[in-house]
Amino acid sequence: MREARIPTDEIMGSGHLACQGCGATMAMRFALKALGRQTAMVIPACCWSVIDGTFPHSAVDIPIFHTAFETAAVTASGLKAGLEMRGDHETTVVAWAGDGGTFDIGLQSLSGAAERNEDIIYVCYDNEAYMNTGIQRSSSTPVGSWTTTTPVTNYKKRPKKNMVDILAAHEIPYIATGSVAFPEDLIRKFHKAKDIKGTKYIQILAPCPTGWKLSPELTVWAARKAVTSKVYPIMEVTENGNKIAVWKEFEPTSFKEYIKPQGRFRHLKEDEIAKIEKDIEARWQRLLAKEEMLSSIPGL
Amino acid sequence: MKKVVMGNHAVSYGVRASEAKVISAYPITPQTHVVELLSELVANGEIDAKFIKVESEHSAMAACVGASAAGSRAFTATSSQGLLLMTEMLHWAVGARLPIVLTNVNRAIGPPWSIWTDQNDSLSMRDVGWIQIYCESNQETQDAIPQAFKIAEEVQLPVMLVLDAFFLSHTYEIVDLLDVEKVREFLPPYNPELKIDPADPHSFGNLASADYYMELRYMIEEAMDEARGIIKRVGREFGEHFGRHYGMVVPYRCDDADVILVTSGTVASTTRAVIDEMRDEGIKIGALKIRVLRPFPFKEVSEVLCSAKKVAVLDRNISFGNHGIFYQEVKSALYGKTDIPILGYILGLGGRDVTPKVIREVADKAIKDKNPEPYINWIGVKK
Ligand SMILES: Cc1ncc(C[n+]2csc(CCOP(=O)(O)OP(=O)(O)O)c2C)c(N)n1
Ligand code: SF4
Repeated sequence: MREARIPTDEIMGSGHLACQGCGATMAMRFALKALGRQTAMVIPACCWSVIDGTFPHSAVDIPIFHTAFETAAVTASGLKAGLEMRGDHETTVVAWAGDGGTFDIGLQSLSGAAERNEDIIYVCYDNEAYMNTGIQRSSSTPVGSWTTTTPVTNYKKRPKKNMVDILAAHEIPYIATGSVAFPEDLIRKFHKAKDIKGTKYIQILAPCPTGWKLSPELTVWAARKAVTSKVYPIMEVTENGNKIAVWKEFEPTSFKEYIKPQGRFRHLKEDEIAKIEKDIEARWQRLLAKEEMLSSIPGL
Repeated sequence: MKKVVMGNHAVSYGVRASEAKVISAYPITPQTHVVELLSELVANGEIDAKFIKVESEHSAMAACVGASAAGSRAFTATSSQGLLLMTEMLHWAVGARLPIVLTNVNRAIGPPWSIWTDQNDSLSMRDVGWIQIYCESNQETQDAIPQAFKIAEEVQLPVMLVLDAFFLSHTYEIVDLLDVEKVREFLPPYNPELKIDPADPHSFGNLASADYYMELRYMIEEAMDEARGIIKRVGREFGEHFGRHYGMVVPYRCDDADVILVTSGTVASTTRAVIDEMRDEGIKIGALKIRVLRPFPFKEVSEVLCSAKKVAVLDRNISFGNHGIFYQEVKSALYGKTDIPILGYILGLGGRDVTPKVIREVADKAIKDKNPEPYINWIGVKK
């Protein structure tokens, strides 16, 4: 008999309110499988404040506290302190936010929590825009992308903010990126995060068919191609921001293939695609160089 | 134990006596001493609590929200700009029905920058759903904290305690410090039935349709209403334990008064001195201090004021476009109950001194003034 590598307990139930093919629901399902039921979660304003279901129903079988948009990390800090003062040192406290709630409006309180090294897991399910309010750009929206506030005549020109580096600068014990196309990798990372004390940051690429103008059956395909085209590197940063391990064991695929079924990139011309591709490769090389450089320096 | 302490430290000692479990705060003049002493008390183990040193007041209230949702007693203190920054989370505490206690040191709002007292900061939060209690002395400031937790935890609404910047926050007075053991008999440990608990998972605050939202607001108003009786009962019980009784309002020489001055905060003490002086001159005047602004003590206020021939409300705040806020409140309490003139006076904004002379000026004016005209009476404005 083979042991299931993905826990079979389904803590997220059916009856949620997400769109078809929503990557954010997959992220939650995998995260909870790894974290188990001794978990409490804080959710700020984002698609997940709707996905959870309307009062008095909830699609998730753990305690959830819905909080204001910019407060995921700090409400989780308070929750953790409150549980500990009641003698509960076991419950894993998770802040679960979208990229807008993480990269933009929630950055201040996330930075505060990370600097204090609060014992929480902060998860950003990254769908690369404000989806709940109808697909507006966030600072996580990738260069070249259309959103309703970056129309095709003036698409996003600035690169995605590098949250991993920002968190690494806080010297927290664990940072990881992942993609819903790789559930086993995600589950391994959540298991690991659960056992580390201090602030853990996990950022998961969670394609949004609605906002990406992508056919819902292609969610996992896109989540995989984002990684294999080096657009969305999967990595772990450990030793308080001082060691990087980048996942490289994949057959590289092209950026062009990745964006082809996504309406949000449809306006891009050949030369624009070529320029973005060049930058992706440069960023990838820089990342590998950094990984290599840090490998020979003692960590903290 | 009696000790000479500043108002801010009276707050910290009140928190110690109440055994708050999670404290989260951010410094702002003139509240900073509260936070400093609390961090010291937590660091040296005099309070068994966690102190979350956040990066903003918005986060301070969010941390309290999280801690309280987990079932722990939570406290914060702030002032002025800090309270304003908290606004969104103040609403959150109410909607989530969390019994957080906050002490706000009344400080004027900028610009221009001012660190001195007036009430516009706390009064701009009048309609949020926090119980609001205005303190007059350092003793009251300390005593209010265990009472606030007791009230909050019974009605599941947060309580804001308010004290004047500098006139209380930085002024030293003798305070009978509360004993933790004795407070324990008065204030039982907090152990709410509903809380964040993986053994009993619930989702708190998720999307509610129009089928539910209004009922949830109705329940908040019901709790506010219920708080009227509870605040009085808790004030009495506190008196039984510690010998100091507290009510919704404090009337002073009102029984046969023709004119009653309505005040709040430290202006109330000064007003009483002026009342004594005028009584000595044979003038029938009294004063009513409003201690609890929310829930508004309609009954107590109208009972006292209806016997007078004239009422003058002293407001250390202004609702631009519609008088002082206590004035509005008193007017609405007396609506349909009497047709005596109710006069409103604005004074002391941005920390301008409200001396006995200033209050005497208001009192003399009130005796002469007939109807609430001119529309707003400004006291001491250089025109
Ligand atoms: C203070 C505040 N500003 C704005 C909003 C409106 N709002 C709600 S969700 C949201 C976007 C959320 O985007 P993101 O965090 O990326 O999550 P997603 O919706 O994509 O899942 C916005 C702008 C709000 N709720 N609160
Ligand atoms: S808009 Fe996107 S992220 Fe939001 S529920 Fe729909 S698919 Fe999921």
